[in-house]
Amino acid sequence: MLEVKEMVVAYGRVNAVKGISFSVEQGQIVTLLGTNGAGKSTTLRSISGLLKLVSGEIWFEGERLDGQPAHKVVERGIAQSPEGRRLFRQMTVEDNLKLGAYSRKDPAGVRSDMDRVYDLFPVLGDRRTEAAGLFSGGEQQMLAIGRAMMSRPKLLMLDEPSMGLSPIMTQTIMRTIQELQSEGVTILLVEQNAQAALSLADRGYVLEVGQIMFSDTGRNLLGDDRVRRTYLGID
Amino acid sequence: MRVVIPDELKIRFRYPARALGITGGVLMLVSILLPWAYAPEALDDMTFYGAPSPLQLFFAVLPLLLILLLAIPLVGKQRLGKGAKVVAWNTTAKTASIMSLIVVAVAVAAIAIGLGGLVNVDPGGWLALVGGIMAVAATLFLPDSPEPTLYRVKSPKWLQILGIVVLMALLLFGAAYILGFEDADDFLMFAAFVVGMVMVLRQFGVFGWLGIAAAANNRILVLSAFVVAFAFPFTQNGSDANMSVASQVLIFAATALGLNIVVGLVGLLDLGYIAFLGAGAFTAAVLSESAFATIKWSPPFIVTVLIAGTVASLLGLLIGAPTLRVSGDYLAIVTLAFGEIFRITMNNLDGNDGPNLTNGSNGIPGIPDLNLFGFDFGKAHVILGIDIGRFANYYWLMLVVIALIIVVFTNLNHSRIGRGWVAIREDELAAEAMGVNTFALKLLAFAGGAFLAGVAGSVKAHYDVSVTPDQYVFLESAFLLAAVVLGGMGTVMGVLVGATILKLLPEKLRFFSDYRLLLFGLLMVIMMRFRPEGIVPDERRQLEFHDTDEELAEEVEEELTSHHAHLYPEAGGFVL
Repeated sequence: MLEVKEMVVAYGRVNAVKGISFSVEQGQIVTLLGTNGAGKSTTLRSISGLLKLVSGEIWFEGERLDGQPAHKVVERGIAQSPEGRRLFRQMTVEDNLKLGAYSRKDPAGVRSDMDRVYDLFPVLGDRRTEAAGLFSGGEQQMLAIGRAMMSRPKLLMLDEPSMGLSPIMTQTIMRTIQELQSEGVTILLVEQNAQAALSLADRGYVLEVGQIMFSDTGRNLLGDDRVRRTYLGID
Repeated sequence: MRVVIPDELKIRFRYPARALGITGGVLMLVSILLPWAYAPEALDDMTFYGAPSPLQLFFAVLPLLLILLLAIPLVGKQRLGKGAKVVAWNTTAKTASIMSLIVVAVAVAAIAIGLGGLVNVDPGGWLALVGGIMAVAATLFLPDSPEPTLYRVKSPKWLQILGIVVLMALLLFGAAYILGFEDADDFLMFAAFVVGMVMVLRQFGVFGWLGIAAAANNRILVLSAFVVAFAFPFTQNGSDANMSVASQVLIFAATALGLNIVVGLVGLLDLGYIAFLGAGAFTAAVLSESAFATIKWSPPFIVTVLIAGTVASLLGLLIGAPTLRVSGDYLAIVTLAFGEIFRITMNNLDGNDGPNLTNGSNGIPGIPDLNLFGFDFGKAHVILGIDIGRFANYYWLMLVVIALIIVVFTNLNHSRIGRGWVAIREDELAAEAMGVNTFALKLLAFAGGAFLAGVAGSVKAHYDVSVTPDQYVFLESAFLLAAVVLGGMGTVMGVLVGATILKLLPEKLRFFSDYRLLLFGLLMVIMMRFRPEGIVPDERRQLEFHDTDEELAEEVEEELTSHHAHLYPEAGGFVL
């Protein structure tokens, strides 16, 4: 579905992503693991069209994606819940969701998708006229995911959805991700919480300083010594 | 500045404090029966015994309110019933006493400066000052009341509409009255009184109530506002001086509304916005029937307006297209430079080097008055026996223009485009990630705002009779921006208020002219410190006060009252 080939991305003269290649198949959950500065968020931003590639290619459903402006990428069916949530804090829950659906032109469908988000996260539905900035961290994360879902994406990219959340809230979020997968949404998940991410993932890629070190199925990676040492803190 | 009095003292002295406050109020009331000034030249004539001048009578309203606010709660919490909770009696009394003192201080200062020394302040003035100080000192001892909840009182529709009508009538009366002042000191004292009344009513919860009433009767509010604005020239009885100021205010306000889209909705800092007004004005001047116009083609004004708007928005596209891809500071620098480039270019298009378009620094004088559908804007008319002069004609035209702008603005604000704009303002990267075409939307805002300025400029050209480059300096851009920020970014009402204040004050405070920039700087600093969201804040920033959350609000309130009961057990929850 999504294929990244030899992608190089730079901030100024510093290469943040140094020629990585990976692919995401239809219906999978694929996770990118790595420490801070490994280039995970940069990768997602590049796919979204927020950053320009230095070289390499991105293909989505058999068509070239790189070089397209961000709003075209959303129209093609890729949505991102960015790092740090980046909600529109002064807008209501409802307005945030409407913005997530900005690329869509079917009001009835938007309405029903909004109800679906409220079903998934009842707390959002109960407080839909309140400003997003008034919500707790976990609730804001729900809203960020809900907002990304509103464009009805084929590929949903989540950048560290568990950041700053309690273990229980992390579980809730992970369960939601699984539910979305069962509904047919393909998911590209960036996480620091390797345990949580790998137990969901069909496939995982481990990034270090802008390069993919190795990749395997989620189950195998959970048992991999290198992963256990670096990300799970188990000798 | 905050004087903190310990709670024990407040509880202990609450009755003496109340008595002292009432005494202070009575002293101030009595003082208007005595002369305040030795000679009639200062303020209006305040030299009589037993015959208060109009300004003294206005002033008396504040101490009268103070006395009522202090006396009514004395009947006891039980008899006040619901009234004890919905109104912030103590805090409002405190505001009323402080505002009374400020008005007295302004008056005493005006008398002393105007007549040369404090000896010219007569016993009445001193008595009022003493009363004011007493009242302020006393009310500081009153315990703070909880926030007023007057806005939550259910009121019938007719009462809401009546409230709006009264507000509008007061606005009309106030505007007419304020414009009537010849002397700056009279104006200052009345302005202090108006500010005082506004603060007292706000503290009392009237504005909160009005806000709900206005939201429930939006159409009536807008309609009555326009009726009042339309009726304004009839209160002036042909006075050209005031109508000239009023129409300048409207031209300024229309331009500020255009800037409000760019700055207030999208959050793009434009420091050269005046250039778009200038572009419209020069286009209209060049295409006018003036003998100095450099293009000998004069289309009807309707066409000129469209051309002027288009020229301005093309300029907007020209500088927007390369700069809007980068964010923030760069745009401010580029627009600042653009404003200067525009002015200097207009100065240099005099035929010496290149084409003669603007006659250089002489500009284009002798622009004839507008003539729309046979209606000559230069002629005075008599309507209902009242003279309607040239300026009133332009005033009405600008009123129509502003009405159009407001319709466009509100529709945009609640549309998909408006939502995209606000998203860009709040977090551009997130907006982009949501699929908002940020560059196109920013460019649209930039060009659209420029178009509106161009339209306003084309009327301004005819209104001003001549167009010269030095009317369009950076300072004017700064004032426009100040009007938007002062009034409240992103709101229509706020920008209208801000534009009115910024245009009216310099006209009425001419003796301050050397210091007016200093004063504005001070005003802006004070505003940014105490009310950074502007005079009329954007509703998106006030979502906490949403009236649909009545249950939640009730809970919070109950918690508050029980908290009070805990603090002041003997007073039964609510301290009077």
